[in-house]
Amino acid sequence: MNSTIPVIVDGKKVEVPNGSTIIQAAEYAGIEIPRLCYYKDLTPTGNCGVCIVEVKGQKGFKRSCTTPVTPNMEIITRSAEIINARKTVVELILANHPDDCLTCIKSGDCELQALSQQLGIDREKIDKVLTKKPIDDSSLSIVREPEKCILCGRCLRACQDIQTVFAIEAMGRGFNTEITTPSGSMAESVCINCGQCISVCPTGALHEKLEIDEVWAALNNPDKVVIVQEAPAIRVSLAEEFDLPPGTNLVGKMYNALKMLGFDYVFDTNFTADLTIMEEGSEFIERLHENGPYPLITSCSPGWIKFMETFYPDLTECISTCKSPQQMFGALSKTYFAKMYNIDPAKIVTVSIMPCTAKKFEARRPEMRSSGFADVDYVLTTREFIKMVKQVGINIAAIDDAQPNDLMGSYSGAATIFGTTGGVMEAALRTAYELVTGKALDSCDIKEARGFEGVKEFTIDVEGTTLSCAVAHGLGNARKVLDKVKEAKEKGKPSPYHFIEIMACPGGCVGGGGQPYGSTLERRLERAKGLYDEDGGMKIRKSHENPEIKKIYEDFLEKPLGHKSHELLHTHYIKRDALL
Amino acid sequence: MFRTHALFVIDQNTIDAGAYAVKYELEKEITNASLQNEIKVSETGSINLIGKGVIILVFPDSVLYTNVTVNDVKEIVNEHFLKGRPVKRLVLSESFDIPNITISPAVETTKKQQRIVLERAGVINPESIDEYIATMGYEAAGKAITTMKPDEVVDIVKKSGLRGRGGAGFPTGLKWSFTSPLPGEKYVVCNADEGEPGTFKDRLILEGDPHKLIEGMLICGYAIGAIMGYVYIRGEYNLSIKRLQKAIDDARAYGLLGKNIFDTNFSFDIEIRKGAGAYVCGEETALIESMEGKRGHPRVKPPFPGQVGFRNKPTIVNNVETLSNVPNILLKGADWYRSFGTKNAPGTKVYTILGKVNHPGLIEVPMGITLRQIINEYAGGMCAGSVFKAAQIGGSAGALISEKMLDTPLDYDSLGQWAAVLGSGAILILDQKTEIPDFLRSVMKFFEHESCGKCSPCRIGTKILFDKSMELYKRKLKKQEWEEMLNIANTMEKTSFCPLGQSLILPISSADKYFKEELENYFL
Repeated sequence: MNSTIPVIVDGKKVEVPNGSTIIQAAEYAGIEIPRLCYYKDLTPTGNCGVCIVEVKGQKGFKRSCTTPVTPNMEIITRSAEIINARKTVVELILANHPDDCLTCIKSGDCELQALSQQLGIDREKIDKVLTKKPIDDSSLSIVREPEKCILCGRCLRACQDIQTVFAIEAMGRGFNTEITTPSGSMAESVCINCGQCISVCPTGALHEKLEIDEVWAALNNPDKVVIVQEAPAIRVSLAEEFDLPPGTNLVGKMYNALKMLGFDYVFDTNFTADLTIMEEGSEFIERLHENGPYPLITSCSPGWIKFMETFYPDLTECISTCKSPQQMFGALSKTYFAKMYNIDPAKIVTVSIMPCTAKKFEARRPEMRSSGFADVDYVLTTREFIKMVKQVGINIAAIDDAQPNDLMGSYSGAATIFGTTGGVMEAALRTAYELVTGKALDSCDIKEARGFEGVKEFTIDVEGTTLSCAVAHGLGNARKVLDKVKEAKEKGKPSPYHFIEIMACPGGCVGGGGQPYGSTLERRLERAKGLYDEDGGMKIRKSHENPEIKKIYEDFLEKPLGHKSHELLHTHYIKRDALL
Repeated sequence: MFRTHALFVIDQNTIDAGAYAVKYELEKEITNASLQNEIKVSETGSINLIGKGVIILVFPDSVLYTNVTVNDVKEIVNEHFLKGRPVKRLVLSESFDIPNITISPAVETTKKQQRIVLERAGVINPESIDEYIATMGYEAAGKAITTMKPDEVVDIVKKSGLRGRGGAGFPTGLKWSFTSPLPGEKYVVCNADEGEPGTFKDRLILEGDPHKLIEGMLICGYAIGAIMGYVYIRGEYNLSIKRLQKAIDDARAYGLLGKNIFDTNFSFDIEIRKGAGAYVCGEETALIESMEGKRGHPRVKPPFPGQVGFRNKPTIVNNVETLSNVPNILLKGADWYRSFGTKNAPGTKVYTILGKVNHPGLIEVPMGITLRQIINEYAGGMCAGSVFKAAQIGGSAGALISEKMLDTPLDYDSLGQWAAVLGSGAILILDQKTEIPDFLRSVMKFFEHESCGKCSPCRIGTKILFDKSMELYKRKLKKQEWEEMLNIANTMEKTSFCPLGQSLILPISSADKYFKEELENYFL
């Protein structure tokens, strides 16, 4: 079979990869066919009917997103009839869509808005047919506004095909169809809060629960000491929103912007990422010494944790008891930080900037109050942070770099790669190898753990012991690994893996549900590259070499897995399979 | 020996009209009159008359009673069975033709239907496999499975020119020939999810001759190499389901389904799957989704079910009527089949006729017969006081046919010239009292209710078209809004995902074309 085939798009002959659909083939002719429900990384469903084209010799119009090309196919993308039909379809969708663009959270990022502009729709030709559907803000992470839903089905593809969670489904029929959960409430569902549905939603029908107002109120309250932490993925996800090349690392400007917003102390989640490696690495070394139980599975991704609690509660004992870096930071902010800076912890407001919507849920888990307060008070997504920055007119691209405050702001290269799939694995192995063998790895780069392949499997030799490792990102991929573990467990066989890293979102945190829109896999890779570049250029690339990490054990925690660690940095899990 | 047989027509219509109560009463009265050794009461399948209440056939007197109630029973026993005088007020008009059953000499002068699919309906007891076998039943399957290669079976169906009777008219043999060479497990699915308003042919075929469908599926299964057949049947079709299940059980007991049929290596079985009442599940890919336990939404095509169907395996989906044509084609040959109907549409078609005609019901006639012939020769003409105004052919999504098209032959191609479709074969006859806007709003209501919600054009378009057609009916629609309706329907035809939304244009555009004058009177 030929790898490319010729097709004719609007009279122009182009060679396109065999197996392309018309929408892909047209791009080779320089034509981006107007589309709405199509999303590059998802199975096309053909729901919207916007991307129609004509194929010579065939009856009717074809959906270019679902129709594969055949050799010498003659495609017409812009006859008067096609353009009228496209416009009419969008007018129909607009007739069923509220007119609150001016105040909609998605305004400016809305694909329906953009398409309407693109097609030159300048008035409402068709009378409105709207139905009242209440907003569902029951979830701690995700708000559903069904009136704004255009039923493109992307969220279903993300939730069902990619994440295999099936929290949401289309209910009702015809004009009354609504994408919702069986109970009608996101809170009472198997939703794991990952927010991948938000990432792909073209309109304002799905968005995070905003905490911007609460954070402004804290910043403007003179009685509060407001401190902030930022996840590793944030620093490489800001550039694209300020017209800089995607993936550019803006860490210094990020610190400065936070200071300009009025945060009293700016720290970095990367610090507790290094701390996680100390704790989790020690857990792993303990298991190495005691020869199990295997596997040890990472616990930094709160979407993954809720997924495990819901769908694989039997694997609880395999999960590292380490809190995520966000929660470690939270617990330390009201203990270690309060002590060292001599501040009343009751006055401290801890804010996180996260690429993640599940972090909002995680912060409010009842277990996450080991400091005696809510360890983390508010969680903002990358998007919310950018909104705040834009609200006060800060142009991140134009401001100077700044440094974080002392105590919980320094980090190693190992910490920064936490933000991408494979990063935690690589960071943990750098430290664990050295602590076990007393020797440094030949190279800090563990290439087998890198890249966006769904499941990455490899082995590493540690003093004669061959360790089997697996890295999975996206929960559909996680299932593949977990099912093997489960099967071995049920058959009484040894675990096929020693160490597993799982991230809920495809690409890891760079692809989190709180990241800037347009978060295709391609974009996620660009962000990941930014993190690896930072790591590669750092002097300190191993968590245990971070001087502030050494200091916290000397001044406060004593030793990894010690008494204080257990109290503040470790947690437990609960079964959530009741809704299955 | 009994001197007289009273046959109760049992189908869903007569059951709903109280056939069992009347039957019970009749048996009681016959016993009261001590006639139980002279008069035998039994049941038969549908004779394809509807709207005529409880129907009883009396042999050898050749009397057809309709609209019989419990209160009439005594009179029938006293007057007819005791004194030999049929109760005239209950006897159906003698001009009515029921094939294979001689009612009166007058019938001989009327044109006969041509029955291939319905040859046994109303003749044999549909619940008796023996009666089916005694009338050449399962001979075609035996011939195919024991003496022919699968290719030869596909070939003969191809040559017969049989086209899908579910609506689209795709050549059946061609469909089979795409799937037959594919390796691995394959399925036959019979689409009996008859949801088109006014269509009930599949129900009456199933109620009247369920074994014929089984035989058709068996032959199809052999031809394409399937391991299993499923009948996806409308859940409300209680009697069909009951009779088909009995037929499947009996066929299995006779070794006609199951392992090593006719002592060959061919094994095949059939199961029933009940639909839950969504119109869209009559679309073959939505039907497959529903069979798999999913939401009844149509799938992306290609791949077509013939390549990737049920459980992602190659699957032939054929309509009840299509499959029921197959046994006779195998038995009597392609040329015989081609001797009926037209060149491009051989064979017969089963129509359901409704509306303002004297004998609404089911007929089977050769393809290519005109609507005028159907009304006058098979449906007893227009009702008294009714003048033909329009007909809708092919169910709710069918085009309106005006008077000037009455002499168009009914087949796929001839109707296509008028931008109409044969569809499922439902023929709704409207008279001068029907207002076209009233008719349109009822059609639009149906589609608004049945749109599955998958694609935007259909989901929103059906709602808007219904709202606007209500306004038209209330004389509140401006002319330019009607033009907008046409534009929306036209866009739906071009951009809807499946035939449901694509076909709404037909009733609207045909109303625009043939009844514009009437519509003008309604515009604001």
